[in-house]
Amino acid sequence: MVETSSPLVAPPPNWWKPAGREEKLWIGIAAVWAVSMFVMMVIIWPAIGGQQNQIHSYRVDPSEFQAYTAAFIEEHQTGELEGVPVVSPPPDTDIFLQASQFQWTPVLELQRGETYRILMSSIDVQHGFSLQPDNVNFQVLPDFITGLEMTPNETGEYTIVCNEFCGLGHHLMVGQIIVVD
Amino acid sequence: MTAQAANSTNDSILAGLMRRCNITNLAIDRNAEKLIMVNAVVSVVFLALGGIMAMLIALTRWEMVHLLSADWYYRVTGAHGAAMLIFWILFFEVAGLIFSITVILNRRLLMPKVWWIAFGTMLVSALALIIIMLSGEATVMFTAYPPLEATSWFYLFFITFAVGALIAVIAFFIELVNARYRGQVGPLPLFTFAMLAAAVLALWTLVSGAAALIPTYLWSIGLIGHIDAGVYRLLFWGFGHGAQQINLVAMVGVWYVLAALTVGARPVNEGVSRFAFLLIILFIHMGAIHHILVDPGFSQLSRAINTSYFIYGATIGSMIHALSIPAAIEMAQRRKGFGQGIFTWLKKAPWKEPGFSSLVLSFWLFGVMGGISGVIMGTVQINMIQHNTLIVPAHFHMTVVAGTTLAFMGLSYYLIPLIFRRDNVFPGMAKVQPYVFAIGMTIWGLGTGFAGHAGMSRRHWDSTFGDMPLATDIFQSAQIDISLVGLGLGALIAGIGGAMYIVNAVATVFLGKKTDTPHLPGIDKDALTPADISAREAAREGHGHHRGFEFPGTLILVFAFLVLFMILYATSWFELSTITWTIE
Repeated sequence: MVETSSPLVAPPPNWWKPAGREEKLWIGIAAVWAVSMFVMMVIIWPAIGGQQNQIHSYRVDPSEFQAYTAAFIEEHQTGELEGVPVVSPPPDTDIFLQASQFQWTPVLELQRGETYRILMSSIDVQHGFSLQPDNVNFQVLPDFITGLEMTPNETGEYTIVCNEFCGLGHHLMVGQIIVVD
Repeated sequence: MTAQAANSTNDSILAGLMRRCNITNLAIDRNAEKLIMVNAVVSVVFLALGGIMAMLIALTRWEMVHLLSADWYYRVTGAHGAAMLIFWILFFEVAGLIFSITVILNRRLLMPKVWWIAFGTMLVSALALIIIMLSGEATVMFTAYPPLEATSWFYLFFITFAVGALIAVIAFFIELVNARYRGQVGPLPLFTFAMLAAAVLALWTLVSGAAALIPTYLWSIGLIGHIDAGVYRLLFWGFGHGAQQINLVAMVGVWYVLAALTVGARPVNEGVSRFAFLLIILFIHMGAIHHILVDPGFSQLSRAINTSYFIYGATIGSMIHALSIPAAIEMAQRRKGFGQGIFTWLKKAPWKEPGFSSLVLSFWLFGVMGGISGVIMGTVQINMIQHNTLIVPAHFHMTVVAGTTLAFMGLSYYLIPLIFRRDNVFPGMAKVQPYVFAIGMTIWGLGTGFAGHAGMSRRHWDSTFGDMPLATDIFQSAQIDISLVGLGLGALIAGIGGAMYIVNAVATVFLGKKTDTPHLPGIDKDALTPADISAREAAREGHGHHRGFEFPGTLILVFAFLVLFMILYATSWFELSTITWTIE
């Protein structure tokens, strides 16, 4: 004897009945778990975590951003790596990282333990900032600045892969960040 | 159905406008039948096309094989996304909309011509889009993020496809209102209710898609000078993610149907199941912001509120279905006499019935691999270590392919013989097909997921980087090599499973033995029975009160699921904490 209809058959007009004990239990547990995940994301991790996602957003004209990057490179360039300028900026300046089809400019040389304000934007299509091998990913758009305060805690060479499809040369687009003591 | 409506059905049958199915005893409108047939056939054609492209993509990402050139890899990846995520699924869903509004309501289609217009518009647009994407004139991926530009025809046909689908959705609402107005239906059957939920989501989804693509089209023909990349992403994902929520809701509806067809299962409580659909309707659209968690433009809090569907409202809905589907199966099995112990009902289930195995495998893979990974990925901070890596396609292939596609395959083992009135040509193959497909997708999902976990990007032709400036060899490791073997072999196995399905479907439609009583021994005798009024009254008066648990096996299963969810969730936070950079 079944109280409910097949899902392929219209139920009788008085189809409503209150939820059973087991269902109430599970819905209650699901709700507690949902609230817990929400509290973890909105309250707990922001209080204790070292990896937040506080993007500082700005509007910028691509040509303007290109000019900022050029001035930044000119002021802080210390060398060149495989044709790409290398800059060694002090921590208290804005760092500009420009994405374009199909390169990241410039190569950044950063000090371990210092906090940098990194401003990224694209001068053409959409790109993706993917810092490897740590695997940290951000979207880079034209007309917007994706601004992040980042601190490298270990020395070494980090690769920036483009992980947003940006044209037929997408897979050729790599950049570098070098962290020194 | 009222007596008046029943009379009109009988008149229609006498006039040859409807026929009575000998298996289900449902009255089927000839017009609806034809429309269901053409939509189903076209959907399977796109599934075949998308499947072939899937093989080419997998054999390219598998670096040992690296089949396609870069140009073709990107073309095919875009066309594969459109064929699978949009065309295969949407044509099948339109067939489902028509089925839910005619066949199971025993009514005729009010406006078949409008449905034909919707079908024609969608078909022409879909074919045009595939041709354009493969021609190299629109190598912008299925997402088509501006300002990367495609030929303006691409945006135009994208819009006309959405318009076609919108016509179908609006026609569905009109049919439903008409059915109610004529007294053809009171409370909706649960499957029709699920399709109504899907249609509500589809309405918003398609409007959002139009809002993204119409300005982009105007920009591509020069009428608008500038297109905002950030706003496009927000609107596009209202469409792109929304479309997947339609699939989710339709798939859950199909799960209930498969459980009813194969073991005679009923929703444990119609109100609870409907409430879960309502939660999904109310909250799931906020989840479109999943896709822009690492974009500039929104505060962290607004991204967190939205991506959690406001405190995971839609997740609760999904977790309710996660209980009510297996509970319905368990109770049906216990009624049949498989009531001993905790799991006898599961052991004695019809595992050789393709509808049942598809249901269980789809449910399992969707929930455990697709669902959990999706909630984790939609966490603002954790998204930083997953965005645009191969974990993303790993997640949504578990939901759309291992989940929705497998459930739709399972349903069509019944729908095709009943609608086309032909016998399944390869019933033996149908028994193993869901397993082959599910095993392949599991291996593919694990391989792709672990490659993404190691940082590999999606939509990336060559992760060895060759000898270009600043090249890196970070993606050349044993872990990644093994993951890619999983990706490649898993795809091939799933491809075999997919081919088995398509061969069977095509052979049945064209070569199956014509019959008015297709051989479907697996359909349960209770598949289409209404509620038992006396049992209902007894329950109301308290006679049906029970002391033990009604479905103890299901409770154990869902608690095990929750524990796994918690472990994976905690592991992901731990992974995030191991990042050597501090990110404020």
